[in-house]
Amino acid sequence: MNSSKRGNLLIHVILIIVALTTVFPFYWMITTAVKPSDAIFQVPPQMFPKHFTWDYFPKVFELMPMALAYLNSMKIAVLVTVGTLLTSSIAAYAFAKIQFKGSSMLFGVFLATLMIPGQVTLIPLYILFSKIDWIDTHLPLMVPAIMINAYGVFMIKQFMGSIPNGYIESAKIDGASHPRIYWQIMMPLCKPAIITLGLFTFIGNWNNFFGPLIFLNSEKKFTVPLIISSFKGVYTVDWGLLMAASTVAIVPIIILYLLTQKYYVQGIAMSGMKG
Amino acid sequence: MQGASKLNKRENFWGYLFISPQIIGLLSFVLFPVAMSFYLMFTEWDFTNAPKWTGTDNFNVIFHEENFYYALRNTFYFVLGIVPVTTVISLVMALLTNRAIKGLSIYKAAFFLPMVTSSVAIVLVWYWVFAPDIGLLNNFLDVIGITGPNWLTEAFWARIAIVIMSTWQGMGYYYLIFLAGLKGIPEDYYEAAEIDGAGKLRKFFNITLPLLSPTTFFIIVTMLIGVFNLFQESFILTGGGPAFSTYTLVMYIYDLAFRYFRMGEAAVVSVVLFAIVLLVTFIQFRLSKRWVNYIE
Repeated sequence: MNSSKRGNLLIHVILIIVALTTVFPFYWMITTAVKPSDAIFQVPPQMFPKHFTWDYFPKVFELMPMALAYLNSMKIAVLVTVGTLLTSSIAAYAFAKIQFKGSSMLFGVFLATLMIPGQVTLIPLYILFSKIDWIDTHLPLMVPAIMINAYGVFMIKQFMGSIPNGYIESAKIDGASHPRIYWQIMMPLCKPAIITLGLFTFIGNWNNFFGPLIFLNSEKKFTVPLIISSFKGVYTVDWGLLMAASTVAIVPIIILYLLTQKYYVQGIAMSGMKG
Repeated sequence: MQGASKLNKRENFWGYLFISPQIIGLLSFVLFPVAMSFYLMFTEWDFTNAPKWTGTDNFNVIFHEENFYYALRNTFYFVLGIVPVTTVISLVMALLTNRAIKGLSIYKAAFFLPMVTSSVAIVLVWYWVFAPDIGLLNNFLDVIGITGPNWLTEAFWARIAIVIMSTWQGMGYYYLIFLAGLKGIPEDYYEAAEIDGAGKLRKFFNITLPLLSPTTFFIIVTMLIGVFNLFQESFILTGGGPAFSTYTLVMYIYDLAFRYFRMGEAAVVSVVLFAIVLLVTFIQFRLSKRWVNYIE
């Protein structure tokens, strides 16, 4: 074996160890969710389940309103994703392809807001939403997320900027207006960026914990992360149940991710490029 | 002339119309609340009575409260722990994989998985990994004859636990950004260096590191902002304990505002957090002039 082959083997060994580290907690979560309780507490731990049980999963839905939480999370994540894709792509189009007065200054303001931590706006927003009776509704989790997404505007603007102006010029000569150019020419061309931002937004909102924790009070409004957190409070050491609940919360995201993961890699390369 | 100005007007019209939803959002959900935070800092408000102007009282209270200093100290500990560790690990991984490797896309998918699932649910799994007595990690350590520490009940180890978990979570993301940065370094730099007889180490320190510096800079700035906002890891894993050793600034804000309804004081802490983030980022930008190279 020559040295470069040996080097390659070593790299694979390192990569496999790291990959096992990143994947193991998920493996453990899922296998624990199907182990009978005496196997869960076995020392040394049982790496591969010998017997399977499906008892925990129905319990997850019986003990807490998990099905409802699923619907709530789904509703919020879908509406925010669709909404933010529309508002940020149309603003990105204006910044990238329309020469209007003050455009670069306004874009600078957008970029600057990326620096503002959410916690600074949190307390005033809470006050605002309580004044207009939005507390314990899903609106505080959706409306701001749809209406302002500086990261989204930035990302799609970068992508649109790389599309040659020729497409637009020829459409203009044919008499097309900006709304038509945006919808019929630019949006199809921006598909990779749109899909990436859509995935990021969907998953970010699905995982959101802080917002629901603050704005929601009644259990029937709860989202999946809140239900998971209350599971932990009530069934502290019932690991089979807790891991089944975690599995229920995470597995859809894992499936979505595995189906679309090439867009992630692209999207992250895009976002990192600004350097 | 008239045609041109008419065209300008039309461009302006569409431009403003298209950005208007985001501008309205920016004004009502970012700029207005930030301004209001600056006002709230100087008021006393418990939500039931009208806000009362109290001048700098809130500052006095906060700056004399022990929890504030705990939170500040811990947040800095986490920055000092998480940022260097994550940066080095993800850089090394990127360097190792910046070549043709069989099955790289599978590795990438695995590395990035924790970032995608960065939810309360996975923190719960980690809670079990670190749990006292029945914890998974210590069970494994037992098997190989090591008695593991009390991860979540000793201050030092509780912090380490959060650093481990955060690194585990963020590594894949920063790895992908580093890898994209490495791919952006033109091959001819290395070829020229080889002709000059530069070895591997020389190439790394004289070409790779300097040319990667914009990426490194981006990663450090983003990661810092993220770590300053640490919340759910501590909230679920340790509840801020033991003895406030993992209590972060955001947890402090949360407690002040939504447990004790001390809105004005919570606003003070949130603005302090904002100021720290701005200051640290500003310092980084200043320092970056010394070590960040942008290729033309």
